[in-house]
Amino acid sequence: MKIMVAVKRVIDYAVKIRVKSDKTGVETTNVKMSMNPFCEIALEEALRIKESGFASEVIVVSMGPAQSVDTLRTGLAMGADRAIHVDAPATLYPLSVAKILKVLVDIEKPGLLILGKQAIDDDCNQTGQMVAGLLKWPQGTFASKVVLDKEKQVATVDREVDGGLETLCLDLPAVITTDLRLNQPRYATLPNIMKAKSKPIKKVTPQELNVEINSDLEIVHVTEPPKRKAGVILSSVDELVDKLKNEAHVI
Amino acid sequence: MYFISYLLFHLQVLVADSDKLAHPLAEPWAELVHLVQQKGSYSHIITSSSSFGKNILPRAAALLNVSPVTDVVEISGPRLFIRPIYAGNALCTVRYTGLDPCMLTIRSTSFPVPPVSSESRPNAAPISQVDLSTFSEDNLSKSRYVKHTSQETERPDLGSARVVISGGRALKSAENFKLIEKLAEKLGAAVGATRAAVDAGFVPNELQVGQTGKIVAPELYMAFGISGAIQHLAGMRDSKVIVAVNKDADAPIFQVADYGLVGDLFELIPELLEKLPEQK
Repeated sequence: MKIMVAVKRVIDYAVKIRVKSDKTGVETTNVKMSMNPFCEIALEEALRIKESGFASEVIVVSMGPAQSVDTLRTGLAMGADRAIHVDAPATLYPLSVAKILKVLVDIEKPGLLILGKQAIDDDCNQTGQMVAGLLKWPQGTFASKVVLDKEKQVATVDREVDGGLETLCLDLPAVITTDLRLNQPRYATLPNIMKAKSKPIKKVTPQELNVEINSDLEIVHVTEPPKRKAGVILSSVDELVDKLKNEAHVI
Repeated sequence: MYFISYLLFHLQVLVADSDKLAHPLAEPWAELVHLVQQKGSYSHIITSSSSFGKNILPRAAALLNVSPVTDVVEISGPRLFIRPIYAGNALCTVRYTGLDPCMLTIRSTSFPVPPVSSESRPNAAPISQVDLSTFSEDNLSKSRYVKHTSQETERPDLGSARVVISGGRALKSAENFKLIEKLAEKLGAAVGATRAAVDAGFVPNELQVGQTGKIVAPELYMAFGISGAIQHLAGMRDSKVIVAVNKDADAPIFQVADYGLVGDLFELIPELLEKLPEQK
């Protein structure tokens, strides 16, 4: 079985973002970019499944401008076998990503498609569900545990839901999206970073895949959230209790 | 029985009664939304941004070939919405320009709950059954529901509580976290936590507040031993009054707090327990 993992290049999670002064978006030039943290977890899970002997190959896929190749190299350095770069504009919405992924799945025929549960830039939380719908595959979203049964060809997935955990059993092939607690992603070691340079990255375009990219969403503008007015540092518990009672009226 | 069309004015309630829909599985539920849309030609399909809504709506949207809008915090027009991006560090105004239906998940803490009075009963909406004879069941047996495990609690629900008391890594242990629970009990509050406290095993993960956990907007949010990472702030920055207790005066949490106390929480919490009035 092959596993396909979708990874996204996003502004590094530790960066404090700045909204552009013309309100067209968020400043991305000269800003540190990395692999979306949920995608790292998705790739780690695929690698662990391969190491346990269930999968023969892990393919990483990324969509976006030329710099997405850096993210794919990171994935190869972590241990993916090969990569596919879909050369596309930076502003792809999840529906387009899902359509492209569907075509790639039709070509590569993986037994499992793993994605992060959401990208930390657009915070959409849609792509995995959408591609599962397009493929008519079952979905295990927000996974915190994945157990594969080789004989029965099923995946048992624990999902993080409001109010607890839910366990599902999915027939393979299936789509899984990863939550934070699924695993701790590994670091790429220097020898593996060197090795990754010789691993193949195939480049395709949406046109070659016959996917038409037309968007039904338009970003009108991006603004900063309203600032909270500066608070005060109090000196004692008595003062706090007094303020909560007599100034804020919340207790 | 599951209600799938539950509008503010309850114009109509549709009931889809089927064993296939007994559990919140995305495959049959998305198929159901697809079926209902084909018959009803709705202009908008909306769910809350709960784990249920987020699991189902995008799948249904893909079946209908439209782009959904996640986590809407403000509806500015029939097709114009505001949603947070980058963990709430920016607000994006987005226009839906596609064909019907326009699909949204809304952040429930951003919209007031309409009061339900007994007087509105006579105008109760008609209830009709969804005709499931054309319900496509081809792919529905590919997923099976096994079980749900939940943490039993008598405290109010984190998502809708009026007061939330949260603890972070500085609590140091699950044992110490009981201090937070005691305080919450006294104030009739829900308990929240940071990812650090969850990962350290102090509390179960459904208590996590933040970009990847619950989004809360209570009247009072009290943060104990929480530094205030952007991922955590994303989950609570819309609270009406924020109180931060931390021994590090430079912790970023103090930049969003209305009231801050710098000091050792193991001394301050017992004092608060003593001095805060009982509220139930």
